[in-house]
Amino acid sequence: MTFDERVVVARVERLTLRELRLWVREGWVRPVHSLAGPMFDELDIARIRLLCDLKKDMSLSTDALPVVLTLIDHLHEARRELRYLSDALEEQPSDIRSAVIRTYRARQNQESGEGSDD
Amino acid sequence: MSDDPYAVLGVRKSATQDEIKKSYRKLAKRLHPDLHPSDSGKQAEFQAVAAAYDLLGDPEKRKRFDAGEIDASGQERPERQYYHHYAGQDAGRRYDPSAGMGDFEDASDLFSEIFGRHQRGGGGDFGREFHAHGSDIRYQLDVDFMDVARGTKRQITLPDGKSIEITIPAGLKDGQTMRLRGKGGPGIGQGQAGDALVTITVRPHAIFARDGDNIEMELPITLDEAVLGAKIEAPTISGAVTMTIPKGTSSGHRLRLRGKGISTGKGVAGDQFVRLRIVLPDKIDGSMEDLAKRWRDHSTFDPREELRRKT
Repeated sequence: MTFDERVVVARVERLTLRELRLWVREGWVRPVHSLAGPMFDELDIARIRLLCDLKKDMSLSTDALPVVLTLIDHLHEARRELRYLSDALEEQPSDIRSAVIRTYRARQNQESGEGSDD
Repeated sequence: MSDDPYAVLGVRKSATQDEIKKSYRKLAKRLHPDLHPSDSGKQAEFQAVAAAYDLLGDPEKRKRFDAGEIDASGQERPERQYYHHYAGQDAGRRYDPSAGMGDFEDASDLFSEIFGRHQRGGGGDFGREFHAHGSDIRYQLDVDFMDVARGTKRQITLPDGKSIEITIPAGLKDGQTMRLRGKGGPGIGQGQAGDALVTITVRPHAIFARDGDNIEMELPITLDEAVLGAKIEAPTISGAVTMTIPKGTSSGHRLRLRGKGISTGKGVAGDQFVRLRIVLPDKIDGSMEDLAKRWRDHSTFDPREELRRKT
């Protein structure tokens, strides 16, 4: 299910058409392009609402917005990748699984040990 | 959490609109769910704060609330789906900063990619040079059934005004996506351009339908063609061809036109299957009635004999 610009502006009350077009041009929102113009799905609309929150409620400046957005995107990517990784680990035989977890724990302790020595 | 919107925002009843706004902004920055994707407590708190601000941030609503005309939950809103809810799913990959990379040889490649420790384009010192892949741009293109049946070229216009020609190969399936390398957003520094991802939607045809590389269609014939057999013209995706209807053909009979389906250039072309349907004229005239009566009077044929035996 996708929506055109006008429907998006109607659904997200705080949004103007000008802002939406600017955000698409900046690449902050990436709709699918069709002959009827850009089309947005629920993921894009949720992202537009987040942008409205950042820009309007938290009055983030236009310069700071892409920085925050990139950090959020990195965070989501890392979280998703970690989930894939733990899913992949989940499918391994139990001896491999516990060996990986042991190494991981050892590394965790080592890092925190070094930190306190400084 | 308190039901009193003033307590939720941490302001006095006598606070000015400005104080309310300031307090809300402070709380929103601290509590926004997309900054704490795994903390559902923060989301509940933020929602309470947002609801309280919804009420008190609007002087009109605040007046009505103070006067007791509406209660704190006066405006029920459908529960908002926050961005992190979508971004955590596979579709969220669209906005991954490192999208377009991939193909890892071993685990260290994988981790450096995930956690961004690698140096793209060889910019050794952190912060000295910045290179990044351009973003992928997605397109949706409607094409006619005939265009994918025979293959075609189409022009698409990019949002920046440039246009590119794409070749739609014969036999492309509905909903299939084509990746055009380097036709997406420009890269940063020495980074490569992103890709254009074109998803094709095929408009259905009034007569032809597809089953893989085969074409299916229904062809109406007259009673005399069915009884006596005939040579008739049938449309195919590559023009009309002459086909032979054998003598005594029933409705529903399926004939194959070999090689008249979709030819992808690889392997054998598909076939066209023609399903025959006997169609009588809207008005039955006297001669046809006589014919049917005469035939009925001496025929012993029962097409429902098998049906009766089996039930």
